[in-house]
Amino acid sequence: MIDFELSPVVREIKRLSHEISEKHIRPIARYYDDQEHEEIKETDEICQKRAEVGLTMMSLLKDSPGDNAAFLGLLTTEEYYWGDAGISLGATKVGLGNAAIAAVATEEQRNRFMEKYTAMAITEPCCGSDSAGIQATAKLDSETNEWILNGEKIFVTGAERCDAVVVWASLDRSMGRPAIKSFVVEKGTPGMTVTKLEHKLGIKASDTGSIVLEDCRIPYDNILGSPEIKQKTGGFKGVMQTFDMTRPLVAIMAIGVARAALEYTKEKLIDEGFTFPYDKSLHELNYVQKSVLEMEANLEVARLLTYRASDMLNAGLRNSLEASCAKAKAGRAATLVTQKCVELLGPLGYSREWLVEKWMRDCKINDIFEGTGQIQMLIIARNILGFSRDMLK
Amino acid sequence: MPSFTLEEDQQLIQSTMRKFAQTELREIARECDENATLPDETIKKVWDLGFCPNLIPEKYGGYEMGRSAVNAAIMVEELAWGDLSLTIGALSPQLMMIPILEFGTEEQKEEWLPRFCAEKFFPVTAAIMEPRITFNPLNLHTTVELSGDFLYINGMKCMVPLADSAEHILVYATASKGSGVSSVQAIIVDRDTPGMEIGEREKYMGLHSLPLYPITFHDCKVPKSRRVGGDRGIEYMRLMNLSRANLCAMAVGVSRASYEYALEYARERTAFGEPIASRQTIAFMLAEMCMEIDGMRMLSWRAAWRLDRNEDATRDSSLARMYCSEQTMKIVDYGVQILGGHGYIRDHPVELWLRNGRSFSIIEGLSTC
Repeated sequence: MIDFELSPVVREIKRLSHEISEKHIRPIARYYDDQEHEEIKETDEICQKRAEVGLTMMSLLKDSPGDNAAFLGLLTTEEYYWGDAGISLGATKVGLGNAAIAAVATEEQRNRFMEKYTAMAITEPCCGSDSAGIQATAKLDSETNEWILNGEKIFVTGAERCDAVVVWASLDRSMGRPAIKSFVVEKGTPGMTVTKLEHKLGIKASDTGSIVLEDCRIPYDNILGSPEIKQKTGGFKGVMQTFDMTRPLVAIMAIGVARAALEYTKEKLIDEGFTFPYDKSLHELNYVQKSVLEMEANLEVARLLTYRASDMLNAGLRNSLEASCAKAKAGRAATLVTQKCVELLGPLGYSREWLVEKWMRDCKINDIFEGTGQIQMLIIARNILGFSRDMLK
Repeated sequence: MPSFTLEEDQQLIQSTMRKFAQTELREIARECDENATLPDETIKKVWDLGFCPNLIPEKYGGYEMGRSAVNAAIMVEELAWGDLSLTIGALSPQLMMIPILEFGTEEQKEEWLPRFCAEKFFPVTAAIMEPRITFNPLNLHTTVELSGDFLYINGMKCMVPLADSAEHILVYATASKGSGVSSVQAIIVDRDTPGMEIGEREKYMGLHSLPLYPITFHDCKVPKSRRVGGDRGIEYMRLMNLSRANLCAMAVGVSRASYEYALEYARERTAFGEPIASRQTIAFMLAEMCMEIDGMRMLSWRAAWRLDRNEDATRDSSLARMYCSEQTMKIVDYGVQILGGHGYIRDHPVELWLRNGRSFSIIEGLSTC
């Protein structure tokens, strides 16, 4: 069925998460942007509030068979990122690693790790988008039945504050992609150290760090998925499936930040006497009005593409193409929207008195992490053309 | 919870229309464009699909199969994929039928609706566009004045589909210039009414096979009873929104035609020893076309969905119109660009889609559902 309706349950959850965002997240956004790397002392409080929404959501869902948790998660994410992207990423107990665990872990692993705040370590100094080229290794010590990990990981979101990290490493570097597996390494495991916290353009409240693994030993059962190296079907595909789940989330994050910027910008322009009618023709609209309409349309399109990617995932359909469409569109649209908002507000938009400049810096990350916009285009193009990696480099 | 999956009946509508568009429209599109003709046979075949009677209640002779702007969007996307000009032309009776169905008085419905259920094509149309750079359908300059039992229409219209052969033309005019949509009225004018003069067929950059005409009104006198909806009148904004949602779906169809053609071409065409689609410059254009077409479709579906719920769809429809017309222009341009020199040659259809695609930011009210 083609339906765009948000059920009363969905609207209630949206309202609750918006309230938390407004009361607890937005007010501390500027402070932690200024104080990069300072521990967010409101973390427990924010997590508790968010957990309460989660509980309400689960109980409401029981009486609302048409709704699902993944979609509600998408909507609450938009609200939290509307409050602040840095705080939402930094004051949390859930990381990308948790998504990987949810996507591919066994029942036993899920029980063991689900409560832990788990980050994801893929990128290395040598390679980011080319994740198949990673150099970190995992060797099995058959005597102790432990994996021995070695390598260096950078740009790990949540590196400092997480409880565990999902590390991507190769079982055999001569075997290429299929040999790449992911391993859960708990914090405090000897041999794993956080060596550096990055200074960034935006999302400064989020602890992005480097991790070094030196003969780091972990239990055999900490490997996610099968240890077999299958040339054809490949474990790599399994690892990549995490992205089908996380890309709509990253898309909605971008939309949340851009929406904040657009709402704020419209309010300020209305104070200046601008109006934003929907019934004027091209010749009757000035540059500011036209820009705002274009921003609204772009965000709506990004949002609908994101809803669709999530809807497909929920229906058990393969959504790689649609997830990439959503992320590419949202990442790009949000970047342009926030840049335009700064422009439309003049010196005040550029000023650190307001958050608009921060939103522009923050949301740039959404067009980069979890696959840059260009990588998304590559995925879409290969998909529609039916071209292999070799046919379209 | 939002959902974007077609129901079984919608899938059937889609596949039926796709087949029809392929065999009946796409096949003859180039020839019709070159000769600037809309064959009577095509008009009849589209008429036989039952677009009008399907929406009309049984008591007026229709099949009353339910009316849905979303379903209409699914249908016209396919038809416009076949050919835009032929689609708009063949569907022109709806331009008069829908306003009567929605807002006509009981007498008007009884008088007019059965004629849309006849076996023979009922040649009627509507006049909305006006020949003015700053034309805005929400600020019409054509006026209608009530004097005694008669209405007097004055002004100029353009881009009236099939006006020369129309027996009746629904004319949109304002009762009070500059006072917005609430003063817009729709009046049924018979052909050969004194004061109404249909000019020479217009020539446009595209839409060659769609016969479009200018009309001049000079104290054109029409009985008061011909005002759709009587004293209550019409909800002009809703009619505009219905038209915009429908035209947006057609924009998706035209864009998709160009995208699919360019995709196939880029896969086959080799340069420097490999398919041109193996180059990111080309591949990324195709990826963008794919992404934006899906986005356009979602946006126009939402406008249609809101109209089906009888909610105010002004925001959705106008955002969709702006977005779809701009994206369509980009996409049909990419279509030509990807084919390079071949795209500029009339042997390929992409130049036709570029010319037709340009119209979406211009035309208003030329289709409805």
